[in-house]
Amino acid sequence: MEIVVYGIINSVALALMALGFTLVYGVSRLPNFAHGAIYVTAGFMSWAFFNRLGLPYPLAIPLALLGTALIGVAIYRLVLIRVRGMEMSEVIATYAIGLAILEGLRWAGFKGMTYTLPVFVSGSVQVLGVPVDLHRLVVLAVGVLVFASIWGFTHHTRLGLALRGIAQDEWAAMMLGIDSDFTATVALAMGSALAGLAAVVLLPLGNIVVEAGYSVLIFAIAVCIVGGLGSWAGAVLAAFVIGFAQILSVKYIASHFHMVVALLAIILTLIFRPSGLFGRQKELEERV
Amino acid sequence: MGEALRKERLDRGIKVRTEGIYAISHWQEILYLLFPRLLLICGMLLLPVLFATAPYWQRVICVMSVFVLLAMAFDFMANIVGLVCLGGALFVGVGGYITALLNTVVGLPPVVSLPLATVGGAVFCTLVLLPTLPLRGIYFAIVTLMYPLVFSKIIEAFDLFGGTDGMPGVSPLPNQWTEQYLIIGVALLVLFGLRRLVNEDIGLVFRGIKDNDQAVRASGINITVFKALAVFLASMLGCFAGAYMAHLYMWAGLSLFALDFSIMPIAATVIGGGGTLVGAFTGSLILVPLSELLRAFGTLRIAFYALILTAFIVLKSEGLMVYAQRKYHQFERWVKV
Repeated sequence: MEIVVYGIINSVALALMALGFTLVYGVSRLPNFAHGAIYVTAGFMSWAFFNRLGLPYPLAIPLALLGTALIGVAIYRLVLIRVRGMEMSEVIATYAIGLAILEGLRWAGFKGMTYTLPVFVSGSVQVLGVPVDLHRLVVLAVGVLVFASIWGFTHHTRLGLALRGIAQDEWAAMMLGIDSDFTATVALAMGSALAGLAAVVLLPLGNIVVEAGYSVLIFAIAVCIVGGLGSWAGAVLAAFVIGFAQILSVKYIASHFHMVVALLAIILTLIFRPSGLFGRQKELEERV
Repeated sequence: MGEALRKERLDRGIKVRTEGIYAISHWQEILYLLFPRLLLICGMLLLPVLFATAPYWQRVICVMSVFVLLAMAFDFMANIVGLVCLGGALFVGVGGYITALLNTVVGLPPVVSLPLATVGGAVFCTLVLLPTLPLRGIYFAIVTLMYPLVFSKIIEAFDLFGGTDGMPGVSPLPNQWTEQYLIIGVALLVLFGLRRLVNEDIGLVFRGIKDNDQAVRASGINITVFKALAVFLASMLGCFAGAYMAHLYMWAGLSLFALDFSIMPIAATVIGGGGTLVGAFTGSLILVPLSELLRAFGTLRIAFYALILTAFIVLKSEGLMVYAQRKYHQFERWVKV
């Protein structure tokens, strides 16, 4: 029972981390390797707004999300727009930006165990005979809510439909008057804000550390690769596969395996099933 | 209405004259060809002598040459064969650990363990990367980025080869002169060797794989064999660099799989100019001493060279050496459209 409950929570957490990455890649084919850095930045921003500026917590979080969205816009408008279409330049540039943000934060003194965010609700309850913090249930609720609203947004609003149009066939969408640069900017802003949302929801469970930037990036890539890049249903499914695999390996082997599982998932998927669990033929062609 | 002008580039006369065998007909032509090459060779050979009184900078020269090798390996794989390998640290780590095992456990001297680690490590890396070779572009990049992480995590998780403490007691190279001239000599040999190689027939196949692998396949050439060969060559450079590092620091540990060995060569290649090999070489010559000077800033230097890297990719993607070569071989003038 414990494995089931914590497996589900871990999987939802992974899906939250990966959602922003898969959104950006799905819409505009931009691999945002600065994803992990944005995640950490959101954590530190809300910490700074809350502790340094003394803003109330419900105000600090939206401000931090706004800040991360602006970072996403800046990354696209200043850097990515100039190298778009050159895949390797996109990867190297975003990775370098992420590295610069993370190491800059580390240099600015954001290291050690002293940075924590308060939980939304304290206390714990019994779920199926397993004690669970209330905050972990909040994570679950936020996860479900975010998935539902993203689904609604992309299926029932004009902007969301434009994003899907660009994702499915860029040229046809552009002929219908959808601006590719605009949708890419929106996608990066939303993707970054989602990374920020994942951060403010998940970080109260532990400390904010710079190293999380690297592991979140790896988890996000793992989920996206296993699920098939750009496929959202696949990403959710993959989050559950990797989430349960992690919980099982940590429980029965050793705690170091948290990361090994994610890394092995990436390598094995790419070697044996390059298009991912949900990938389609078209994606297979560009990968292999 | 102002006149519309555009820049026209023309080859210098001397460049055209030095392209054939007649280059040897006059000392000016010979000098035109030899000057850049001799400048690099003599400069590199003189470096240890110039810094003879500064042991710290002699160590920097060694590290710099190590990164020269890694950058050339990255440049060769990425810009000539088209396999963008973000995990150069894999080669370094494998080479370092193999030489440390051979040296401390089996007891072989560096003269034997260094070459053995180079070739053995290259075979190992090629076998490990073999299943990933069908992948293209960003997917190959992601897998290779993960490999060094997996290896270091596995070593940590199973507590192999000394776990997080690493393996101390690797025997050092005889003296500081051998240390420096060994790696400088290898770096120069590799530069000119690889340059010769990519201009041979096999280099044509490599470039073909980069530009259009299906066309190469249609010509009846097995691309996997050639990709594996390219990986073998590049990992040989990387493994030698790693094995050399282990002997230099008399220690092999998890830090051999560190991000530095993957990122710095990429930055050097981008700054120097991809696809020229000598660009990767000079890029490292600039970047490594620079990062050594910035050591006082701690981790900020990583942020600093990440920013340089981004700026070069966005604003000056051709790189310094391509620019310099253009200026050397061509002159420019404004002409009316």
